Amino acid sequence: MNRKAFLIDITECVGCGACYEACKEQNHLPQTSDDPLRDFLSDKTYTIVEQRGDYFVRRMCQHCEEPTCVSVCPVGAFTKTEIGAVLYDESKCLGCRYCMQACPFQIPRYEWGSLTPRVQKCIMCFDRVKEGNLPACAEACPTGATLFGDRNEMIEIARQRIAENPDKYYQHIYGLEEVGGTSVLYLSPVPFEELGFNTKLLKTALPNFTHDALSKIPSLVSVGGVLLTGFYWLTNRKNEIAKEKFEQQKNQRGN
Amino acid sequence: MNIHIKRLLRPTFWKIVAAIILTLGLYSIYLRFTGGLAAVTNLNDHFPWGLWIGFDILCGVGMAAGGFTLCAIVYIFNIKKFKPIIRPTILTAFLGYLLVILALLIDLGRPWAIWHAIIMWNPRSVMFEVAWCVMLYTTVLFLEFSPVVLEKFRAEKLLKIIRGITIPLVAIGILLSTLHQSSLGALYLIVPTKMHPLWYSINLPWFFYLSAIGVGCAMIIFESYLSSKAFKKNLEFELVSDVGKWIVVVMSTYLTWRFMDLILNDKLSLLFVDSIETYLFWLEIVLGAIIPVILLAIPKIRLNRAGLFVSACFVIGGFLLNRLNVSVTSLQGFSHVSYFPSIYEIIVTLFLVTLGVIIFNLAVQNLPVYEKTEEQILVEFEIITDDDLKVQEAK
Repeated sequence: MNRKAFLIDITECVGCGACYEACKEQNHLPQTSDDPLRDFLSDKTYTIVEQRGDYFVRRMCQHCEEPTCVSVCPVGAFTKTEIGAVLYDESKCLGCRYCMQACPFQIPRYEWGSLTPRVQKCIMCFDRVKEGNLPACAEACPTGATLFGDRNEMIEIARQRIAENPDKYYQHIYGLEEVGGTSVLYLSPVPFEELGFNTKLLKTALPNFTHDALSKIPSLVSVGGVLLTGFYWLTNRKNEIAKEKFEQQKNQRGN
Repeated sequence: MNIHIKRLLRPTFWKIVAAIILTLGLYSIYLRFTGGLAAVTNLNDHFPWGLWIGFDILCGVGMAAGGFTLCAIVYIFNIKKFKPIIRPTILTAFLGYLLVILALLIDLGRPWAIWHAIIMWNPRSVMFEVAWCVMLYTTVLFLEFSPVVLEKFRAEKLLKIIRGITIPLVAIGILLSTLHQSSLGALYLIVPTKMHPLWYSINLPWFFYLSAIGVGCAMIIFESYLSSKAFKKNLEFELVSDVGKWIVVVMSTYLTWRFMDLILNDKLSLLFVDSIETYLFWLEIVLGAIIPVILLAIPKIRLNRAGLFVSACFVIGGFLLNRLNVSVTSLQGFSHVSYFPSIYEIIVTLFLVTLGVIIFNLAVQNLPVYEKTEEQILVEFEIITDDDLKVQEAK
């Protein structure tokens, strides 16, 4: 199956909250607020709709192409599936919360009050998508503000829209290149920073940063090992001299 | 083993303080394991790592760095005169790591899964590397410290085996420490856009490594001073004073590197911005590096017991501030949430420190940590044999 992605067109969103409700129902999450526009992401809420002036902005896991959470987890509890969904396996997790610390979008949420806490976030309705269905939110969206399909197709649609309506759209597809690309793409009528997006993100995928450091380990260990042995060999000579002296003294005493 | 129960139970001011801290600590831990992390910590989704990671783990591992530093000096560079302080230093490092693991068990959301890193591998993760290094190095420290216990129980055969592998053991310990002291810094390489630019640097692993060596040296001075007061062991003062010289070398290198890093990345102007981050940065640099380097460069101060001790305290203070700045201060701006540890988080931290001090005391009183004569040291270095000693004693 091809790599999938969401295309969220902020110009089309009316803030009805249908995606929010559908997500709650699909994932069996309890009600946390009467007003979807006032709720916030939590271990019980995987997606929200934020009101920013005249516009409405969905927030959820971005399902990065090279996910930071996948790379930082010491036990590999996160996986990037073929279709693009980033999934979490609680049976592996040891609860270090490095994924939360490292996520450039500050998405993963934690069950802080639980004795068997899990990391919670949007899972792209993996089971539905796997069977060829739309994620619950995309299916529920009445205006087409949330589209879902092959990532390449979504990129095509996005490019077409901003090219054909330069007055309507800010000329940028958020998520196309941010942190190496994500599986959630946004189109906006205004510059993204005005809607609370982090526009200072780098174009390189974050796992590269730690990969550079980790890739030095083999040379550090081998060169370091040789160096230490060498120093030991050099300085140990002093000990041997001391030993010889001691034996000399002993012999003298023996005589 | 002659633990003097009566003497142990005689109440003194510090014993009462310790008892209170231990009780409150145990109560806090009880709350944590009955109500979850939410019940005792101020951690939240925007601030998932707090005092326990910042102090108990980052500072704890750093302050145990005296262990591998001194081992390198004594065993690899063969500067044997430092031998008399190696046992207490290894003991501190060993206790430090045990407490770090204990802290982890409290902080981890699913502590029963801590062993998962052994079979579930993700070599791309810095945390995976740290986990393995901590596991292996704690084992190394255990073996390095074991002769003290084995001597007490006169397990000669085991002693011989351990002494036979001392050098490889020490070398492995140095490599493991180098890896994970720096990796604790590398943990933060992945948050380039979240972290305040005064602290974020591609050289963070090196800064962590150098400052760990610096604080390791400072801890050697700090403990030697307190031990000499507490146990009336007159430690070779000149030895410890020499450690002060290393601090000058290490910390001035560190200082130069950090400023060069700011200059080369065009961050110099940030040093004069009016913000809490700027002040804390200056505090950390002036307190932990500039002042002690100047103090210890002056022979009069370095060769003065109190002067040396105070300088070491500056290094330790600056180090603690640095790790807390990296783990808390530098990330607060981005998360838009202010985090301050809860009273329980502070109590658990005090609990761990107190526990460390108590175990150190007990070990020193009951194990031959300090009782080493010149001759015994020569035996350990295989310069003379046990038989030689017996011959000498017979004479």
